[in-house]
Amino acid sequence: MPPTAPEDVSRFIETLYRSESGRILATLVGLLGDLDLAEEVMHEAFATALDRWPHDGIPDKPRPWLISAARFKAIDGIRRRARFDGVERDLALHLEAHRDETRIHESWQEEEIEDDRLRLIFTCCHPALPPEGQIALTLREVCGLTTEEIARAFLVTPATLAQRIVRAKAIIRDKAIPYQVPVSQELSARLGAVLLVVYLVFNAGYSAVATGAELSCEAIRLGRLLLELLPEPEMMGLLGLMLLQESRRVARSSAEGELILLEQQDRLLWNRDQIAEGVSLTGRALASRRFGAYSLQAAIAAVHAEASSTASTDWRQITLLYDRLIRIQPSPVVELNRAVAVAMCEGPEEGLRLIDDLLAGEELANYHLAHSARADLCRRLGRLSEARASYEKALALAGQEPERRFLAGRLRELK
Amino acid sequence: MKYICLGYYDPAKHANMTEDERNAMFDEGFEYDDYLRANGYAGAGIALQPSETVLTLSWKNGKVATTDGPYAETKEQLGGFGVLEAWDMNHAIQLVSQHPSLKYGALFEIRPAGDLNEMIKRSEQRRLKGAAR
Repeated sequence: MPPTAPEDVSRFIETLYRSESGRILATLVGLLGDLDLAEEVMHEAFATALDRWPHDGIPDKPRPWLISAARFKAIDGIRRRARFDGVERDLALHLEAHRDETRIHESWQEEEIEDDRLRLIFTCCHPALPPEGQIALTLREVCGLTTEEIARAFLVTPATLAQRIVRAKAIIRDKAIPYQVPVSQELSARLGAVLLVVYLVFNAGYSAVATGAELSCEAIRLGRLLLELLPEPEMMGLLGLMLLQESRRVARSSAEGELILLEQQDRLLWNRDQIAEGVSLTGRALASRRFGAYSLQAAIAAVHAEASSTASTDWRQITLLYDRLIRIQPSPVVELNRAVAVAMCEGPEEGLRLIDDLLAGEELANYHLAHSARADLCRRLGRLSEARASYEKALALAGQEPERRFLAGRLRELK
Repeated sequence: MKYICLGYYDPAKHANMTEDERNAMFDEGFEYDDYLRANGYAGAGIALQPSETVLTLSWKNGKVATTDGPYAETKEQLGGFGVLEAWDMNHAIQLVSQHPSLKYGALFEIRPAGDLNEMIKRSEQRRLKGAAR
């Protein structure tokens, strides 16, 4: 290829980093068995590209070029470090011995790279790491987001987020957590941890109006990757759930960032492609008969997605799905959602009775959505002073600005 | 992204080193700096003379006051600073954490460089408006 203008090359490399760094890093971790070293040499390889490609032109296959450059950097780097501590000499010798072997070139086949990515995901989501460390590490090492981008999405300072990553990496190093997909008897438990990380990333994106879209996209991208590598029913269910929830993003808030509830949403704004894909994945997951909580939540979301209005929604079906969900994943939040569904098909009195029972327990007493759900049912029953009191409790507990504005608006309407 | 890297050292520790130790520290440190530069990670860097040479300016009782020495008195002295070009903060941490002078007791502060361009643009608009009035 002919030489290209430096600014075009640097833009090309920036895009390449976003799309390829996850794959390249995973391959290098597979070759080197060391996350820090892999990252270091990957960055060096990108720096070399920035230096050379404006003169030499962009190679036909940039990814193998970068992996190869990174490998040479690794040999140099290990030599440099070995002079100081001497422990990594074996790895240097090993890499050098295999320097020209075609075996390594073959290992850059698409399939192998995807396997390396799967290994890296399992390492980043290892249960020995604290949950916030798993999330941060997955987004950075697998999705290629920067520390600053992740910090912004989770509303913490870059220094805080950077330390989560440093600590998580230290645990991987100190406990010598291997880069591998767990053996089959461990797989389902470990897959659960991976799915939870994806789900938490998506949720963080779902509730944050301003910064959320990016995180939700990353979660869906991760979900697609995982499904390709591990076509498990719950993986299908989770991806289906995320697509169905994401389909409402545009309809869920106004241009001014105000929350719009399901009932008031313009359903023409729902993303039909995402719904079709989500419904089909959910159907496949349910048909497998080996589904779990994510697939059931997806099934509930699918009932909503296929209804033309709140009134014509099959609330009885939703209540039945919640019954099954409670059986496999009992939680007061699921009970609360079931109570709302019951209120929709059997009337607000019945729903209110269930919510009051739930609020009598301690777990939901500080959950703002329990109070706002109660307030809404009281409002519909014309019990306005009770509605006001519950909206006030909800407002005192709500953390996100759009939710607070919504609750304050409801309170004004009742005064 | 650009990061400003501030390096601190304890002069008392330096005074207690043998000449060989001190030379080894400098040689390893400069070699690592070469590596950073060769890979395009290191931008401008400036070393500082000891803090006895510092003069601090401040505004006191309606006029500029000058005092000897650094503004903050700490055991560690700012020995120099440099601009680091890194992909993100954890990349900057990774690069600095391999700096050999850490083993000799140096401390580093890593701070993301601020971007004042927007602020400057708004200030210019305010000043233009002020001049037009």
